[in-house]
Amino acid sequence: MSSQDIPETSLPHEQATESSVATRVDKDPFADPGLPPHEHRIQDIDERAAKRSERTVALLFTVSMLSTVAFIASFVAFPIDKIVYIWPFGRVSALNFSLGLTLGLALFCIGAGAVHWARTLMSDVEVADERHAIEAEPEVKAKVMADFRQGAKESAIGRRKLIRNTMFGALALVPLSGVVLLRDLGPLPEDKLRHTKWAKGKLLVNQNTKEPLRPEDVAVGSLTFAMPEGMDEHDHGFLNEIAKAALMVVRMEPDDIKDKRELEWSHEGIVAYSKICTHVGCPVSLYEQQTHHVLCPCHQSTFDLTDGARVIFGPAGHPLPQLRIGVSEEGYLQALGDFEEPVGPSFWERG
Amino acid sequence: MSTATDTKRKAPAGERVADWADGRLGIYSLAKANMRKIFPDHWSFMLGEVALYTFIIIILTGVYLTLFFHPSMNEVEYAGSYVPMQGVLMSEAYASTLDISFDVRGGLLIRQIHHWAALIFLAAMFVHMMRVFFTGAFRKPREINWLFGFLLFVLGMFTGFTGYSLPDDLLSGTGVRFTQGAILSVPVVGTYISMFLFGGEFPGTDMIARFYSIHILLLPGIMLGLVVAHLILVFYHKHTQFGGAGKTNKNVVGMPLLPVYMAKAGGFFFLVFGIIAAIAAIASINPIWALGPYRPDMVSTGAQPDWYMGFAEGLIRFMPGWEIVLWDSYTLNLGVFIPLVIFPLFLTAIAVYPFIESWITKDKREHHILDRPRNAPTRTAFGAAWIAAYFIMLIGGGNDLWATHFSLSINSITWFVRIFFIAGPILVFIATKRICLGLQRRDRDKVLHGRETGIIKRLPHGEFIEVHEPLSPEELHRLTAHEQYTAGEIGPLVDENGVKRKVSMLEKFRVKLSKGYYAEGNQIPKATAEEYEEITSGHGHH
Repeated sequence: MSSQDIPETSLPHEQATESSVATRVDKDPFADPGLPPHEHRIQDIDERAAKRSERTVALLFTVSMLSTVAFIASFVAFPIDKIVYIWPFGRVSALNFSLGLTLGLALFCIGAGAVHWARTLMSDVEVADERHAIEAEPEVKAKVMADFRQGAKESAIGRRKLIRNTMFGALALVPLSGVVLLRDLGPLPEDKLRHTKWAKGKLLVNQNTKEPLRPEDVAVGSLTFAMPEGMDEHDHGFLNEIAKAALMVVRMEPDDIKDKRELEWSHEGIVAYSKICTHVGCPVSLYEQQTHHVLCPCHQSTFDLTDGARVIFGPAGHPLPQLRIGVSEEGYLQALGDFEEPVGPSFWERG
Repeated sequence: MSTATDTKRKAPAGERVADWADGRLGIYSLAKANMRKIFPDHWSFMLGEVALYTFIIIILTGVYLTLFFHPSMNEVEYAGSYVPMQGVLMSEAYASTLDISFDVRGGLLIRQIHHWAALIFLAAMFVHMMRVFFTGAFRKPREINWLFGFLLFVLGMFTGFTGYSLPDDLLSGTGVRFTQGAILSVPVVGTYISMFLFGGEFPGTDMIARFYSIHILLLPGIMLGLVVAHLILVFYHKHTQFGGAGKTNKNVVGMPLLPVYMAKAGGFFFLVFGIIAAIAAIASINPIWALGPYRPDMVSTGAQPDWYMGFAEGLIRFMPGWEIVLWDSYTLNLGVFIPLVIFPLFLTAIAVYPFIESWITKDKREHHILDRPRNAPTRTAFGAAWIAAYFIMLIGGGNDLWATHFSLSINSITWFVRIFFIAGPILVFIATKRICLGLQRRDRDKVLHGRETGIIKRLPHGEFIEVHEPLSPEELHRLTAHEQYTAGEIGPLVDENGVKRKVSMLEKFRVKLSKGYYAEGNQIPKATAEEYEEITSGHGHH
């Protein structure tokens, strides 16, 4: 394309004279020179470039239509469980991949077409509009104030104070009904957070095998999760109970146990601790064999199981509660009572 | 037949429909004011658009998801087509989320678009808010709209949180447990709030149904109202613009709504939607099938909330575990309660900033020209410090990931975060302010001495000089058009008659702050016309 095809009159320098650029007479070197003259795009002066833009926009809209057809075809063609390998994404669902990309393309091309249309073919002459102050003119304000005074006067709300005061009273009281209605959202706490399913004589059941634990099942350096006998995950309220009763069973050399009470509450170096973190209640489940530290994966509170589950790092505020255990006559590990303190995160009434 | 002649005289169909509507809704008056409304253009103005469009996408995809999701905690044995979970006991909520992902054609795509759009929505609101902050677009008359936007951001966080808790999978349940633990730490009423919110002990059987109504009705209902109010105010105030040639506080320069802005903004909705659909096609988000249903005695490593809750997660992770037992009978769990208090306070700090700044400047005028961040050094430094604290907390929220990905000690990362939560914002404040002042000096130099061309000239006597090119009138205006406040003064405490004047402590504090903002050394005076004349006319260029 050469410039001689373009009509002389539509060339930028011809048009520049038409736009009015305010000429400054003042001496201020920083004065506002006014809006710069409009600069023409190639589409404004060359109809062939404009045609090209038109074709580009139409092409984008056409691709969008084809993409929607492809979306419907994918929906029908691909079974929902078909997995395909696509580089570099790996093994992906053929349906999800094709639906997403065709929908994405269909939408994107509408957007790209509209934006290209606006940028190349619609007028790009900048226009200035005036702003007006947001606040009202004094006359308007005066009128409103007068109207308000008139209205208030006619209602007699200021004069008949008995009406006003009882109305405020009624309006203040009526939402109370709504508050009262919320009472049955839940029960009162009472001592619910203080008790778990553990009790004297309850056997420690391995959570994986569902079998009662014997001391010889627990090896040094192993971590076993246990729950009280008689709990079944099909039970109503199982999750509420396991949220408090979940137990970690660990065996250490009795000589390694530094805390005196911990040793008393253990059996042959086997100790049982609440699995529920005392920080905000995640299950503590990372066990470091060598040091007998347990770490909560949520917020990294670290407890030393050789020393009464003392907090040695992280945001937890107190040790994990220990469960006192012994051995039943049949040789199974059993609880010698419930936890002596509430398990899980602390709360105001915990004490 | 008269119909043929009637149709000839009749207006086109579109116009007749418009006439009908105008007679009932008054649309012509509305259109007169708005159809050719001018919108200024700048790339940063699209950030709010991204937020608006992702919000619409979230509503569209969310409605679709409600058609298949069962907000119930009834325990069922899974019997759908995802083999690893068959026979596993789970809530109906989790089972129906698996169904959406594996048995409803396109369900996974819509779920992923919904989740990706939510992540982008929050990010867009955050960046949009920062754009408004750093350019001072929150000044009169837009303070209320700033608050509307801020509320949208906060409600968006909670809508997102209740949303990703709905599938009742292991990860989301862990997040809810964290929330419940945090609620328990509230003195006096914490236990009661927890019991009332969860309908008893955690997790109970009401949580999902309650979160569902909060997630799909209560919060989005409020947000929709706020979005509409936000947009009405944008129209009513007219958009802000950057200063420059031809742009004043009294005008608004740009393109008309019809057709350019409508095509660009409308098209941009499709661009955003298209890109998110493509992301949802190629990038998996929240694969709830990976870990299984929630059980309060199970957890995975690397548990992370969605990014916008990460800073709250950080607060709770790096806080030392302070716990006080009062009178042997009450526990004050400061290690959890302090983060719970800092969380809203930290957000409020940025929300109330516009009111603090206008109190310091005592400026009651309307502002429609945006500040360049360098021209408000103290504000910019404050915003940067706030962001620094935010990101330090975010690092704290992912301390385990930083530890595992970069083989660092979790303890040292946590200590780093503890120290830099305080020190980081201070350092960033000082550095940002110095950078702003440096940029102001450079603007001043450019105005007075022109642009450095990079052309080195050797003078006859051997001296080398760099040629400076004077700026165009447009540039000169752009770099000098901003206003500079003068620092406040308390003034004489005793007047000419010897009468003492009382100055309140608050006023003294205000003046002190004002000096910190605008006194010498806290902003660089812009070049004056006199200085310019002296340099350009006096001894010539150098």
